[in-house]
Amino acid sequence: MITLTHYLVLSAILFTLGVVGVLIRRNAIIIFMCIELMLNAVNLSFVAFAHYLNSMQGQLFVFFTMTVAAAEAAVGLAIIVAVFRNKETVNIDDMNIMKW
Amino acid sequence: MEAYLFYIMAAVSVTAAVYLIFEENPVFSALYLIQTMVCIAVLYILLEAQFIAAVQIIVYAGAIMVLFLFVIMLLNLNIKEETKNALPFQKIPAIFMGIVLFTAICVVIKSKLLQGKQGEYTTAYVNSVGNTKLIGNLLFTDYLLPFEITSILLFVAAIGAIMLAKRKL
Repeated sequence: MITLTHYLVLSAILFTLGVVGVLIRRNAIIIFMCIELMLNAVNLSFVAFAHYLNSMQGQLFVFFTMTVAAAEAAVGLAIIVAVFRNKETVNIDDMNIMKW
Repeated sequence: MEAYLFYIMAAVSVTAAVYLIFEENPVFSALYLIQTMVCIAVLYILLEAQFIAAVQIIVYAGAIMVLFLFVIMLLNLNIKEETKNALPFQKIPAIFMGIVLFTAICVVIKSKLLQGKQGEYTTAYVNSVGNTKLIGNLLFTDYLLPFEITSILLFVAAIGAIMLAKRKL
């Protein structure tokens, strides 16, 4: 029998992998994909809670999270394209102009 | 049957996520992320959230990841991008901190903090009305204001993306 804990642990594993990916990678696009992975992990826990608590609010929240993620992806990728045009790279170690 | 499906999907999604963070080529990383998202969509169907599963496939795996692949191809990234690394010793502490984070989340899950009130939408009731119909009803009654704000957010994001990616303002 699959319980809520199973889904929450899977969600935790995926979220942790996303955090580790953000910390160890240097390519801005892959860091962005890891953020999407974290959003997906949180969505999974929302839906799991909604199912096991007989509620609908979790699914509605996932709907809104997906919309925000779509907006975030569009703007973030536009920023990456703009940075690439100026610097010819997406390596975040080269994006240190704000560093004092 | 359901349990087997859960374990298979969990294993595949975690494996694909691990490949995602250790893959050199960004295109393969994007494909592994699509794999993870499809597995999560199957889990949504197991959790009786059919509408969310369909939206996951259409919006995430369809639209957002195609946007990612489009940008990767537009920028024509070469695989040797990451040879220059200002913090080469970050890998081991990062993985260690990830394990610590996972342990912390598991401690919270194990504790009895996560117990909520049972709602009114039981599986039998949701199946008799229909998942999509219920979500639609709630979106246009109780959640009308967030829904409208979301539409403004998407509009602003579209304008922002065009302005940022434009060559000359």
